[in-house]
Amino acid sequence: MGMTLTEKILARKASKKEVQPGEIVTVEPTWVMSHDNSAAILLKFKKTGVKKVWNPKKIVIILDHTVPAPTAEYANNHKSIREFVKEQGIENFWDINTGICHQVMAEKGYDLPGAVIVGADSHTTTPGAFGAFAAGIGRSEVAAIWATGKIWLRVPESYEIIVNGRMPKGVFAKDLALHIIGNIRASGAVYKAVEFKGETIKNMTIASRMVLTNMSAEMGAKNGIIEADNKTEAYLKDRARKFYEIMHPDEDAEYEKRYEYDASDLVPKIAFPHTVDNVYDIEKAEGIEINQVFLGTCTNGRVEDLEIAAKILKGKKINPNVRMLVFPASWEIWKEADKRGILHILADAGAVIMNPGCGPCLGAHAGVLADGDKCLSTANRNFKGRMGNPNSEIYLGSPATAAVTALKGYISDPREVL
Amino acid sequence: MGRVWRYGDDVNTDVIFPGKYTYKIMSDEEMASHALEDLDPSFAKNVKVGDIIVAGKNWGYGSSREQAVKCLKVAGIKAIIAESFARIYYRNCINLGLPAITLKHDDIEKFDANDEVDVDIENGIIVNRTKNFEIHFPPFEGYVMDIIKAGGIIEYIHRQVSSQ
Repeated sequence: MGMTLTEKILARKASKKEVQPGEIVTVEPTWVMSHDNSAAILLKFKKTGVKKVWNPKKIVIILDHTVPAPTAEYANNHKSIREFVKEQGIENFWDINTGICHQVMAEKGYDLPGAVIVGADSHTTTPGAFGAFAAGIGRSEVAAIWATGKIWLRVPESYEIIVNGRMPKGVFAKDLALHIIGNIRASGAVYKAVEFKGETIKNMTIASRMVLTNMSAEMGAKNGIIEADNKTEAYLKDRARKFYEIMHPDEDAEYEKRYEYDASDLVPKIAFPHTVDNVYDIEKAEGIEINQVFLGTCTNGRVEDLEIAAKILKGKKINPNVRMLVFPASWEIWKEADKRGILHILADAGAVIMNPGCGPCLGAHAGVLADGDKCLSTANRNFKGRMGNPNSEIYLGSPATAAVTALKGYISDPREVL
Repeated sequence: MGRVWRYGDDVNTDVIFPGKYTYKIMSDEEMASHALEDLDPSFAKNVKVGDIIVAGKNWGYGSSREQAVKCLKVAGIKAIIAESFARIYYRNCINLGLPAITLKHDDIEKFDANDEVDVDIENGIIVNRTKNFEIHFPPFEGYVMDIIKAGGIIEYIHRQVSSQ
């Protein structure tokens, strides 16, 4: 029987000829990633009684969640991580001047076709955009891998999500992701592998593909995955840290479910508070007054995202009732956006340009919301209290929607200005 | 014996344990005091050791934060029974030694808030003393049961290392 892309990767990693959904395999991951939560993980690791990590070359630690440290407590956490990294000889450590972990994993060449990547962050589904198997796990589990080098994984059933058709002007990968999540729902793909296929996906940039795999977590998926192609290879050319081999799903692979979408009749979408699957056409949201626009995150903080916002805001001023915060997803992106004049345009329009990192996405610092605030965010979550205040509301949309909303002061349709 | 705290579908990790506290290292008591803060502020005040949670579909979806399991465990919750769990949350329950039990929709519907319930993890039996019924579930398989009995995967590895 044929295997899906996810099954093939897990079979090879487990040194098995084939695996079937439901089967438990024990594997040594290609990489195990963690971020600021490494401070808590290293305490757990020490509790195991193991003195040295199993392999300091396979552990990746990236500081991104609260950078630079907003309080002494966070600063001490960062300090303990830096000390642990030195003590254990962990080579793949990226400090506060690098970027958001899911972006850094791609840029620094860890996201490779065929790799098995696990990380202590639910959006570790992101590397699937490169044809890797990648899933989020908990902190104790990361500590256990540091100690033993092993993790058990249940081979998930696969869903195929096939998207064909040309995306209309003003409609982006984020709108497609929200549309799919609104349709499949937050629990619609719990434990499943979702494999994105079709012409629309093939025509997408790597950055846009990452939006889909990043947001796979929001339908409950274990992993999201896209077959690697020549675009993937071009991206990895001077980045890949290891030899990799591109794998393909078998023609006769079995998928538990198949969803098909036509991108050509999509419209911009908004996820209303307080769940990501509470998705409507933008028409229903138009006119809702917004206090803060948040452009950035591991979902939509890449160059193409900042660029479309700059295209909309060039030579204009944002509405004075709106605070617009821009967080490029990494310093590589920051520099590229700076070189192209994008940051300057956004600053001229009245946006506050922040340092790369997670920013206020998880509500710990750098732009948390006031009581009664409404925020239009390009992030992947709008749960109650997510941005630090349960008495505020978060609406999710594309970077283009974010920019035009900042301009008008209320949720607006980007097709009117593009 | 404990009482039932009854919740619905799609309860996410941000309302179980808010993100603003996620990257602070906290004592167990402090963690317990924030449990379910944005969903049910009465929970942290009134929960007692041995209580259980009974919920609908997709309990614990969202973030991978382990505190969303830990805060309930240290608040005294003995088991979480749900129609389904978000996958990272399920793994976190096992790895922190908090039994996560899946029951069918019809069985979940039989429970109401404040029912008095006994859960026998070893033998896979739930007894509802208020409504006088018993439900059986398949006990956890060997390795997973060992982790739960040890109180979590860290404690489990520690035992393995100590016995070598």
